[in-house]
Amino acid sequence: MSFLLQQLLLHPRRILDLDNAQLNQLISQARSSNLLASLAMELASEHLENQLSPNVTRHFQSALLVHEKQKRDLNYDIEKIRLALDSIGEKLVLLKGAAYLLAELPVGRGRLISDIDIIVPFLRIDPTERALNEVGWESSYVNSYNEYYYRKWGHEIPPLTHLKRGTTLDVHHNILPPTAGPNVDASLLFERLIEVKPGIFTLSQQDMVIHSATHLFHEGEFRHGLRDMWDLDRMLRDFPDQDPSFWKGLVDRARELELLGSLYHGLHYAQRVFGTPLPAGIIEEAENLSRRLRKPFMDFLFLRAFQPDHPQCRQRFTSLALYLLYVRSHFLRMPLYLLLPHLARKAWMRHFDKKDSLENEQNPEAI
Amino acid sequence: MQQLANLSDSELNQRLAHEGLGLQVGPYIYKIKTNLPLVAAGISTLYKNFNLAEPEAFIDYNVAILSKGLLQRLRGQSDFLFDSTNPFDSIPTGQAYAFLEWGMNWCVSLHTNEYLKLHAAAVSRGDHAIIMPGVPGAGKSTLCAALGLSGWRILSDEHAMIPPNTTEVVPLCRPVSLKNESIDVVKRFSSSAIFGPVSRETHKGVVAHMKADLHPQSHETKTLQARTMVFPKYAKDETQRLTPRRRTESFILAAYHSFNYSLLCETGFEAMKTLIENVTCYDLVYHDLDWAVNAVDSLSDPEPNP
Repeated sequence: MSFLLQQLLLHPRRILDLDNAQLNQLISQARSSNLLASLAMELASEHLENQLSPNVTRHFQSALLVHEKQKRDLNYDIEKIRLALDSIGEKLVLLKGAAYLLAELPVGRGRLISDIDIIVPFLRIDPTERALNEVGWESSYVNSYNEYYYRKWGHEIPPLTHLKRGTTLDVHHNILPPTAGPNVDASLLFERLIEVKPGIFTLSQQDMVIHSATHLFHEGEFRHGLRDMWDLDRMLRDFPDQDPSFWKGLVDRARELELLGSLYHGLHYAQRVFGTPLPAGIIEEAENLSRRLRKPFMDFLFLRAFQPDHPQCRQRFTSLALYLLYVRSHFLRMPLYLLLPHLARKAWMRHFDKKDSLENEQNPEAI
Repeated sequence: MQQLANLSDSELNQRLAHEGLGLQVGPYIYKIKTNLPLVAAGISTLYKNFNLAEPEAFIDYNVAILSKGLLQRLRGQSDFLFDSTNPFDSIPTGQAYAFLEWGMNWCVSLHTNEYLKLHAAAVSRGDHAIIMPGVPGAGKSTLCAALGLSGWRILSDEHAMIPPNTTEVVPLCRPVSLKNESIDVVKRFSSSAIFGPVSRETHKGVVAHMKADLHPQSHETKTLQARTMVFPKYAKDETQRLTPRRRTESFILAAYHSFNYSLLCETGFEAMKTLIENVTCYDLVYHDLDWAVNAVDSLSDPEPNP
């Protein structure tokens, strides 16, 4: 598969050959995929930004400024969260974007974040939430069906928002809901933490990759699909350089976490979308008969989903593929006897119950 | 350069419905698409004298207001699209014009950071620009419209864009957004004001836009020197007054009214400092528009700061 943004992320120098219409397409695709700052970093690493017209460069610069601002804000928020957790003797373990940025990994170069994700052991959720409440992080989902759903069936508590700064914090206790097929033993994740700054931890590099793939392949919406794929590609290129034993045991680790299916998809699609170099045999090691049989159908769905949401990238059946993936994500999340009542309830809320649905509506003042 | 007025109605509709209408708006180029006659009519009225973008030009912002599919049409709903994605919920088609304008503001508010952006109206006379920051409801757009109708050049009613370490304002003239009573206030002020479609029952009440490029130099791109900053406040029951304001407070207030002061970090601080050190600041409390326009007129030759 091939589209402009993918080509330019991998071969930034080609930007010099683009005409204005293509540049517009590129920036449009990158902006809607949340990859404009990542692309800007790739251009900067080859000192290309000054060879473009200032009218074009200003969009890259603007995205980089947003990225810089997010990093500053993140450091501030993280320090507050670390202190809050420290007061109850809990470690701060970061997931996803916040982890990439704090650990200063190449995958964090230009990575934009929309919230901060952390994980604590399930039994420590209550004291964690209380400690965070005390320093201004509060849930906006109070006494609603949405809150009930999060607390009963979720792998995280309802998102917390900081009263003054407005930052969103997701507190997880697992990486998949307890109702999902795989039964992930989250305590295994805590056994291999890496301390990246004093008192600040991330998952191990193998677990970061497995988590990123799991998150991506259980999602129902692919607005960030390509961005998450780019994360995987960056990690899979960088981690083996840092640690030659990275590949060894990756498949076993995923099997141990019951997340081999997600890892398999992650590796397969990273290779398909970004040509990520993989060691010989690893795909076969992660593959089984059922995955092999489903592959053509999964390719049909995912190769559409990983394109930017952009008219130039829409193929035949893109909408159908996105819809099927949305349905699939629900099946992956919970068994039918739980799912059907839940969907019925949500549909009811959307049409008749303003109180709950209002929580999700965007604030029009933001315009 | 070709103006929108040079296009025939059918050419304009053709562009809006298909390849998109490229418009030069200050330093940016928007490409606008719509399949709604109401929005097309609004654009045709309010952007009549705007320059068309060159066919091969680089487009900064692709925006669209579309009602897609039978179901959405039956429901009377439309979507604002930016880069073909939908950043907001669907809106009633009757409010589409207001949402197009808000969406076009949003592009600048969120996606440009080469300037310090104040949430402010800006007008100019000769080379002298006045920046008027204000929270929504402070009466800055109303005053801006009245000044525009009194011979001042409108630079923007929403974004005063300042290149860091200068005291210049980058013109970004677009229709002035007026809400509720201020629509009639401006109509009473001048019968020559030209309005676009009226959007009712929006989250901000009734909204209508006024044609803003009333000055012969409205579409020139050269920056203008800011010499004055006025903080307008519409207050029905207070004595009208134009009083000097201290620079320190003005700094804080202007920073508060900025879209990207904190995003720009030290650059933002330095830019704001340079600006505030070189402008004279005033509070303007008003309820009579004629009085307010005279007061601003009197600032054309500013006295040194107290």
